[in-house]
Amino acid sequence: MRDLFKIAIRNLRRYKRRTLLTASLIAIGVIFVLVFVSVSGSFKSMIVSQITGSMLGDMEIHRKGYVASIENLPLTLMLNAQQLAKTEGVIKAIPEIEAYSPRIKFGGLFSNFTETTNIRLIGVFPEMEMKTLPLLGSRIIQGEKAINKGEIIVPELLARGMKVNVGDMVVVIATNRDGSVNGKQLKVGGILESATGPGGRDGYLHIEDTVEILRMEEREISEIAIKLYDFGKLNKVANRLDADLSKYVNKQDKPIFEVHTWETLSPFYNIARMIDMMTLFIKIMLIAIVLISIMNVMIMAVYERIREIGTIAAIGTLPGKILSMFVIEGFSLGVLGAVAGNIIGAVIVYLLDLAKITFDFGRQTGLVLSPTLQVSDIIVVSVIVIIVAVLGSLQPALKASKMEPIVALRHV
Amino acid sequence: MGLVVAENIIKEYHAGEVTVMALKGASFNIEPGSFVSFVGPSGSGKTTLLNLIGCLDKPSAGRLLVAGMDVTSFGKKDSAVFRGKNIGFIFQDFNLIPVLTVFENVEYPLLMVQNALPADRKKRVMNLLEAVGMTEQKDKYPDQISGGQKQRVAVARALVTNPKLVLADEPTANLDHKTAYMVIELMKRMRNDFQTTFIFSTHDQKIVGEAEILYMLEDGELVSKQTKGGENHA
Repeated sequence: MRDLFKIAIRNLRRYKRRTLLTASLIAIGVIFVLVFVSVSGSFKSMIVSQITGSMLGDMEIHRKGYVASIENLPLTLMLNAQQLAKTEGVIKAIPEIEAYSPRIKFGGLFSNFTETTNIRLIGVFPEMEMKTLPLLGSRIIQGEKAINKGEIIVPELLARGMKVNVGDMVVVIATNRDGSVNGKQLKVGGILESATGPGGRDGYLHIEDTVEILRMEEREISEIAIKLYDFGKLNKVANRLDADLSKYVNKQDKPIFEVHTWETLSPFYNIARMIDMMTLFIKIMLIAIVLISIMNVMIMAVYERIREIGTIAAIGTLPGKILSMFVIEGFSLGVLGAVAGNIIGAVIVYLLDLAKITFDFGRQTGLVLSPTLQVSDIIVVSVIVIIVAVLGSLQPALKASKMEPIVALRHV
Repeated sequence: MGLVVAENIIKEYHAGEVTVMALKGASFNIEPGSFVSFVGPSGSGKTTLLNLIGCLDKPSAGRLLVAGMDVTSFGKKDSAVFRGKNIGFIFQDFNLIPVLTVFENVEYPLLMVQNALPADRKKRVMNLLEAVGMTEQKDKYPDQISGGQKQRVAVARALVTNPKLVLADEPTANLDHKTAYMVIELMKRMRNDFQTTFIFSTHDQKIVGEAEILYMLEDGELVSKQTKGGENHA
């Protein structure tokens, strides 16, 4: 085998320019894929971490039917204290869950005593919410990075439109589930940066203030946001939660709870899917580049070496060994292109990371792109290139191995 | 029994609707250790005959035994295995592998065909290179040596597997007269040293005289056999 590699590498060196051109083409394809995968992956993971870390959590538990009506923030589809206790029991039994935060979501009116407008609010237990959404604090761009009792965190756009600042007094008015209206005066404790996606323009307040505004006699909640230790276990934990909660059924024998991962709650998931699709198409393009270039170069190699093939076949080299010679040549060319592409691609990704390129996404501005390459990306791309290189050289190699020595020796 | 026994060998080629008879019933018997030449003008059937003996092609009719085996029944793989074990080839254009050094070219059949052990390979290659006077050039590539030297390397490569038979198709055609003589002398010496049967084709009248047994071919027919210093057979 070592000798077959020696012959293959010498044959590649024999046609230096052609080898260099083909390897460069493969390397460019690999670079393109790696840079795209790292940049798009960085963008995707950044936005996903923003969504899950500052708005939704990794997943949420609701009462069955709540998500279908989520735009209305229905107060009639809440989880009562007993259901909350059951859910908390299930959550605490799952070691992969790092934190959870029960929330009350409602719509109301926001008044600065001069003007009044609509507002969507989330009432939370501040400590639990901050643990579940570790990036929420970074979205509070003015004021204390906390949600204190008697205070409201106002979304940036609303604060600007209503000309309210930190420390101003405002009134929040809401209708409770029975239809009675109540209001509460609150101090603006902070201004919250707007974010793209569900909940990105909601205000925050303490859950006790929420209970007071909604005049809840018994504490009820709209949802429970959940954060995992390992985001990679999202589906596994969601499935387990779903299974564990499904044993709780209502009088109609239907499940009480429903579990939704961020993917089903955020429209960004469709963008993430599109990015994945584009990555797939770019990988297909890489496969086409490698396949065509390797096939082309190996067909040329076979054509140029017909007499050599005739000679080694006449000497007694078996067809299988002739096939191996050319396949190994294609394989070596693929490895050369993949190695060069990986090295250059890694350097470009590193330089892009150093460059700290910023971009805007929706209402979020100045997001810093920090592309990184995963070892798995390098392995996947390299394996694709090498397998395709071998496949691309197979047809010319088969042709070489099937050549009749007498015909090949006559070739001029 | 001869090393090569041909009985009424016929070889036809079909080009469209035209059938060309390259060999029209050749019969001969070549004894082991012979130094034989097939002589004739271009198109007389020399190369066809060598290709058949070398199991590179199959006769259209007739019986051909090489080293006691009926080679007409061989498949492609059987032919390759048989050639690797029993036959060495010397080509008109030397046909050395350009990416291999002189040493590696000679080593090639041992390595890729016979899978010989490294120590054995080295010993046999060095012996052959010494025998053909190419030891000093062992690390050179084919494009760094002369035509005569290339053919000497080709002779060494043909002999390195200890074949029963070496076939050389116009081995001196691309060499000047002096070098051609030297190559033929080398082949003769190798025959004497290794007791290998040499069969070569040529149309060079000056080289013809070096053969011990001479078969004359004309239009696909064996017209005569001459034995050096001996009788002629029509």
